[in-house]
Amino acid sequence: MDEPHIPLPTLWPLGFAVGIAVVLVGLIVDPTIVSPVGAAIAVVFGFLWAREATSELRGHAVVVEPETRELGVPEQAAAEAPSEAPSFPRSRFLEAVTLGLGGVIGGVVTVPVAGFALLPGFLGQKRHEVDLGPVTDFPEGKWFITTFIVDPKEGDVSRRTAFIRNNGLLGNVPSFTIISNRCAHLGCPVQANGPTGAILGEKNVVEHTANGPVLLRPVVPAGFGCPCHGGQYDTEGNRTAGPPVRGLDRYAFDVKNGRLILLSTYSVTHVDGTGAQAKIHKYKLAGPGEHIDGVEQILYPLQPPHH
Amino acid sequence: MAVRRPRSKAQVRREQVLAAVNYPLDWLEERSGLVGGVKYFLFRNVPSDTNWMQTLGSATLTAFIVQAVTGVILAMYYKPSPHDAYSSIQNITDHVTMGWLVRGMHKWGASVFIILMFLHMGRVFLFGAYKYPRELNWIIGVLLLTMGMAEGFTGYLLPWDQTAYWASVVGINLNGTGPFIGPFLAQFLRGGQEIGPNTLSIFYSIHMLLIPGAIIALISLHLYLVIRLGVTSPPWSKDEAGRDRSGEASALRTGLTHPVARGTGGSE
Repeated sequence: MDEPHIPLPTLWPLGFAVGIAVVLVGLIVDPTIVSPVGAAIAVVFGFLWAREATSELRGHAVVVEPETRELGVPEQAAAEAPSEAPSFPRSRFLEAVTLGLGGVIGGVVTVPVAGFALLPGFLGQKRHEVDLGPVTDFPEGKWFITTFIVDPKEGDVSRRTAFIRNNGLLGNVPSFTIISNRCAHLGCPVQANGPTGAILGEKNVVEHTANGPVLLRPVVPAGFGCPCHGGQYDTEGNRTAGPPVRGLDRYAFDVKNGRLILLSTYSVTHVDGTGAQAKIHKYKLAGPGEHIDGVEQILYPLQPPHH
Repeated sequence: MAVRRPRSKAQVRREQVLAAVNYPLDWLEERSGLVGGVKYFLFRNVPSDTNWMQTLGSATLTAFIVQAVTGVILAMYYKPSPHDAYSSIQNITDHVTMGWLVRGMHKWGASVFIILMFLHMGRVFLFGAYKYPRELNWIIGVLLLTMGMAEGFTGYLLPWDQTAYWASVVGINLNGTGPFIGPFLAQFLRGGQEIGPNTLSIFYSIHMLLIPGAIIALISLHLYLVIRLGVTSPPWSKDEAGRDRSGEASALRTGLTHPVARGTGGSE
């Protein structure tokens, strides 16, 4: 009735697989010693496997363990028996395997996709240095609305503006007030409240640096104001009115070979004093509208990586 | 037994045409059941005193379909890079045949979609149609409203003009002021520490792939629940919202304005 038509359970393929695995591991670890050992294992077990698999064809009798079945038991007992014995039927096993494999495949697919979708904006953020041209373009005590390109590769999208005043030398160190025009409310472009260019009878200066064109527009600001929601700042970037939660951000700077170099930005709560004597209350750069002091700072305990 | 009169030529002709029309439908029905499914969807029972206000949901769906179709066409000509975005919008508006019309439909249709969502929500609220057993559909509707708003936010940047740019700056920074995760959300939306080329393509992808997919899925759920739970009567209805409650006391049988307490519904 029930002719055996499937190969008998055998352990030889396992040995063969172990051999292949040793070959592969050996390719990484030590191809001259480990891999030949693995190859030998694979050959030996492969031979045994092939020998057994072909034994029927070669005319040897197949040893079959007789299948055992319970003899006719009363129907009622047969119906009750399975419910008493703990059972784990094949269908449930296959269901679990399908769900498990599906979960693994889903995870394997999701991890790189989610990583690709989320991580690039957070990893490898570049620090930029912007060459604004010779320091002599900034006469002492004068304000300039300075427009520059942060990353020439990105082009116009990375155009930013800063209000820059040369405060002269503090000791032997040059002092500049460099205020970002990004409003501390929601990031609109803050404007200088005061006459510029032609009204002052002064000309704009364009410097061509490694970062592309840098435009310097002379201005006499009474303060700075934001067109979006009316935030107002004094000439040190202190908030004087409106919704901003702190003062304007500032740029760190350096003077190399007589050229003014912009470094990264930092946040400022407020500034005491003015010009070279100003005491700047510095904080790590935070986004617009984020409190960096007072009780509300607990709302922003972590900042994403940036420069 | 009636004597069958010989059929006239016109009658035979009509039967032939009918058979020709029905054949492909029968073919489809036999293999998919789709014809019956569509009939079930379109010709289901509704209360006899439904109101014109109850077409606002379908109107919203229509507005979404218009947005989807016009959006697909716009995507054929729009270029989501900082250098090309604005000029490609100009090209669509000024040079592509009927581009002004499709872009106008998409632009104004966006507002129509949002307005219709609000009107539909107002109708559901005032009719009490969010009540048991339809709470889940209200929740799905709120998610759809949020998704629609997000579509408006992300779509607004795409023309890449000054209005678009600064509105998005403010919008992203508004997200950034959210407690705890706000700064991370803003950085994800920007695709970096500063707004740049990535911001535009991220917004484009979210606007035309991510959220529309979510909206389509949610609309499907929304409609499934509408079909499963049926349409509510207006609050002034004397009807019984399609339910047979003949066994109940009449005081309780005034429609959904005086709903029967759960579990005491009698026949159900």
